[in-house]
Amino acid sequence: MTTTLNPPPLLEATAPPVTPKRPRRRRNGGRGSVTRTLVSPLSLRSWHGKLIYWTVLVLVVVSFTLAFVFPLYWMVTGALKSPDELAQIPPSFFPKDVDFGVYAEAWNQLQLGVFLKNTALYAGGAWLLTLAVDVSAAYALSKLRPMFGKLILGLMLATLMIPPMVLLLPTYLVAKDVPIFHFDLLNTPWAIWLPAAANGFFIFLLKRFFDSIPRELLEAAEIDGASPLRILWSIVLPVSRPILGVVSILSVVTVWKDFVWPLLVLPETDKMPISVGIASLSAQMPQNVLIAALVIASLPAIAVFFVFQRSIMAGLTAGSLKG
Amino acid sequence: MAVVTARPPVRRSHPGAARRAVGRNLTAYGFLCGALICFAFFSWYPMIREVVLSFQQTNFVDPPRWVGLENFRTVFADPAFRSAWLNTAAFSGLALIVGYAIPFVLAVVLNELRHAKAYLRFVVYLPVMLPPAVGVLLFKWFYDPGAGLFNQVLDVFHLPPLSWLDSTSTALISLVIVSTWMNLGTGTLIYLAALQSIPGDLYESAELDGAGLFRRVWHVTVPQTKLILLVMLLLQVVATMQVFIEPYLLTGGGPENATVTVAYLMYQYAFNFGDFGGGGALGLMLMVVLMVFSAIYLRVSRDNQN
Repeated sequence: MTTTLNPPPLLEATAPPVTPKRPRRRRNGGRGSVTRTLVSPLSLRSWHGKLIYWTVLVLVVVSFTLAFVFPLYWMVTGALKSPDELAQIPPSFFPKDVDFGVYAEAWNQLQLGVFLKNTALYAGGAWLLTLAVDVSAAYALSKLRPMFGKLILGLMLATLMIPPMVLLLPTYLVAKDVPIFHFDLLNTPWAIWLPAAANGFFIFLLKRFFDSIPRELLEAAEIDGASPLRILWSIVLPVSRPILGVVSILSVVTVWKDFVWPLLVLPETDKMPISVGIASLSAQMPQNVLIAALVIASLPAIAVFFVFQRSIMAGLTAGSLKG
Repeated sequence: MAVVTARPPVRRSHPGAARRAVGRNLTAYGFLCGALICFAFFSWYPMIREVVLSFQQTNFVDPPRWVGLENFRTVFADPAFRSAWLNTAAFSGLALIVGYAIPFVLAVVLNELRHAKAYLRFVVYLPVMLPPAVGVLLFKWFYDPGAGLFNQVLDVFHLPPLSWLDSTSTALISLVIVSTWMNLGTGTLIYLAALQSIPGDLYESAELDGAGLFRRVWHVTVPQTKLILLVMLLLQVVATMQVFIEPYLLTGGGPENATVTVAYLMYQYAFNFGDFGGGGALGLMLMVVLMVFSAIYLRVSRDNQN
């Protein structure tokens, strides 16, 4: 469950589009060597145009850095300052005596190790379960085509219309006492994993992709006597790597970023994921320890973003913008 | 021809074919059962339960009791109810003005730049990757009326300090600022991708017809991205009307209910007052409002598929 703005399930979903790269500017600068945009390449070549272009460029780079990097810089250095230095006016731009001890303190005092381990467990489990459940469902709907398949897909897509926040209370009641089985899922990872797997958007993306796999390929395998499971495993999955990557990253990031659902279903401090843990302990911590904890909590997210930048951005525009 | 891939209708004259059709359905439902269970318990049933919940009184000890419209009467009578709806509408409105226009302008500018593009794209999306709780707590520190970053910056320009979260006049806009900072990147990158698919000759012919820069934006860029703009508008409304984490972590709904939102009030009813019925009633009202926007969104995106 998440209340953030999900990557939107926009229009058609086929293969995940790679952001088209504008051809690099060529030296000879002939007409048509650059994809034409709002400003014509001709006016950019004039003395006047160059001046404006570079001014805008510098302005944009500086303001983006100030708006998006500076707060992070302030956070990382803020943690290194002593409580006195933190409260001082005017603030110091560089911390006076750098003491990394505060990070160790945050790690121990806030039991960040436990929180990070929990978060990894929830995100990893949700990822595996989501893939297992959603891939097999999409495969069944796309290739096995059971009776009422269209109706089931429709019901799954209909859930995208209901924002998760409004179902918070009834879903909580389900997690507290699952109907029929009467399991209490509170404080267990299942409270995160099972709702995460019920994702209509992922099923939609996967089904679209599976639909585009040529029928002949599967028929040939079938004539050779391969079972549906075998076909899924040895033919469908290997060719679906791009979409599996997108779904994997989206599902991990969603669980990682979620706040309100784990806040409700994991009330025990030892079971909390990191963002809930930090928020619930934030009141009792000295300011610099809390900031150090925020830095530690954002590091994994930033590291993941560094590594998977391309797929994350592809996921963002997955299936959109073809029209 | 294998039966598995044969399209219906299955001919009834062959008993073997019918049996194989049953087998095919059994296999398919075997693959589907995991998803069906997850959806049934965590999507479909909660939808029904939400409706039922809002007409019941649930205290977890006695069996739930039907109370008709009493839950709705309770929440209507709450003075925070009006504030919650007004604040939610104001938050969405402000977030739209700031969070909808700015990404579009940024995307248009970014699309013209030929240098530092990868850096700018990376940086603008960075806050989106942070867990929202981290971003919100970070801004809580920035908003600190004493040594907070924002008041220090104001001081550099010799401006008087603001009380940010502590004053009824600035608290809500402070929440909008955090929320915009955290979500700006998504819109910017989606618009950027849309801009890249606009054919260049449209701009060229507009220019030949004597259209200046702003007229080219208005008559070429905007119409060409109209659909994405509309879709993002609806998504933004649905996303911002669910705002919870900002009031929960920053203000607790205060000062004087200035930042109570519907989602936050719903949470309070259930988990602070122990009144799941009242919370359910609020949830149902929010659901009805948001479903209207969702329905328009689905309509728009489906119409465009054809």
